[in-house]
Amino acid sequence: MFCDRCGEPASAGDHTACAAARELEPPRFCPECRRRMKVQVVPTGWTAACVEHGLRES
Amino acid sequence: MPQILDRARARVLDGGAGLDQAEILEILRLPDEDLPQLLQLAHDVRMKWCGPEVEVEGIVSLKTGGCPEDCHFCSQSGLFASPVRSVWLDIPSLVEAARQTAATGATEFCIVAAVRGPDRRLMDQMREGVKAIKEAVDIQVAASLGMLSQEQVDDLVEMGVHRYNHNLETCRSYFPNVVTTHSWEERWTTLTMVRESGMEVCCGGILGLGETIEQRAEFAAQLAALDPHEVPLNFLNPRPGTPLGDRPVVEGKDALRAIAAFRLAMPKTILRYAGGREITLGDLGTREGLLGGINAVIVGNYLTTLGRPATADLDLLQDLKMPVKSLSATF
Ligand code: SF4
Ligand SMILES: [Zn+2]
Ligand SMILES: [Zn+2]
Repeated sequence: MFCDRCGEPASAGDHTACAAARELEPPRFCPECRRRMKVQVVPTGWTAACVEHGLRES
Repeated sequence: MPQILDRARARVLDGGAGLDQAEILEILRLPDEDLPQLLQLAHDVRMKWCGPEVEVEGIVSLKTGGCPEDCHFCSQSGLFASPVRSVWLDIPSLVEAARQTAATGATEFCIVAAVRGPDRRLMDQMREGVKAIKEAVDIQVAASLGMLSQEQVDDLVEMGVHRYNHNLETCRSYFPNVVTTHSWEERWTTLTMVRESGMEVCCGGILGLGETIEQRAEFAAQLAALDPHEVPLNFLNPRPGTPLGDRPVVEGKDALRAIAAFRLAMPKTILRYAGGREITLGDLGTREGLLGGINAVIVGNYLTTLGRPATADLDLLQDLKMPVKSLSATF
């Protein structure tokens, strides 16, 4: 599994700052394969798509 | 009371004229203990010359990422190792975003694209999108599509875009430190064309890019000379992978001083909270800014980052007894 903000392995390093930042940011990396996702932010939410692992949304 | 505040009271509050660059600098240099008086004066100026209404706006990115320009604060530049990927919003989703924005009571919906300037495809999408919004949603449509040709200005007017955003971002003397792929003067040229077309001019920038206090005053004076209908004020939210990704955020008190200074430079403009306020000011600071010169907000999410829920801002406005500006009041 990968950190969906910085793309680094979730088990390595400290992602506390990433988790805090994610309060005001959508995810950018697919947590399953660390590909950069196609992210669309709209006024009331967001969607994030990985070609391999499909769509996530707020 | 500091002498500069007495002068500002006479000139700005009573006379409705803005402070000049040297005076704005004096304001920005006021010590923390004078901040409450400064904010009160800026608030009085806003109430007298703009009234208690707050203009509410939503924004959405029609084309995200992959921009050929190099604005050093921007996660959408294709020239930096930012994780933001290029993506287009489809028209039904654009209309839905406008609908959700209108549902908050907002009167403004701004369509934004990460481009140097529009190409044919973007102008076609705009034409289709603006038409679809106007058919389905009761809201005014604004746009922010970078630098324009005269023909594109004319096309946007014909589509019914009533306001155009094009930020100068920072003062003229600091701009080359922030952007190297185009000039401040090129941006000014687009703004001039927009003004002459009859569209409302929306022009602001970002504080915290590394500019000095003197340059912040310079920027406020240059905006005042442009005399825009609206000034969106952003505070840098350092984005991973961008050249400014490691910069510190603006300190809350400096942000509030800047808000008041911009209000005293431009007593009659719509001064809007834009991005970065959540991290720079937090909830308490957001409230203080609305009581210190701000009279417009962007609600909901931004282009690539998230804001607080629209309801949080609307509750705050109600608490402050500041009515949301209605559509009938904007004509
Ligand atoms: S022109 Fe706009 S989208 Fe492109 S890099 Fe500059 S700020 Fe970002
Ligand atoms: Zn992380
Ligand atoms: Zn994946």
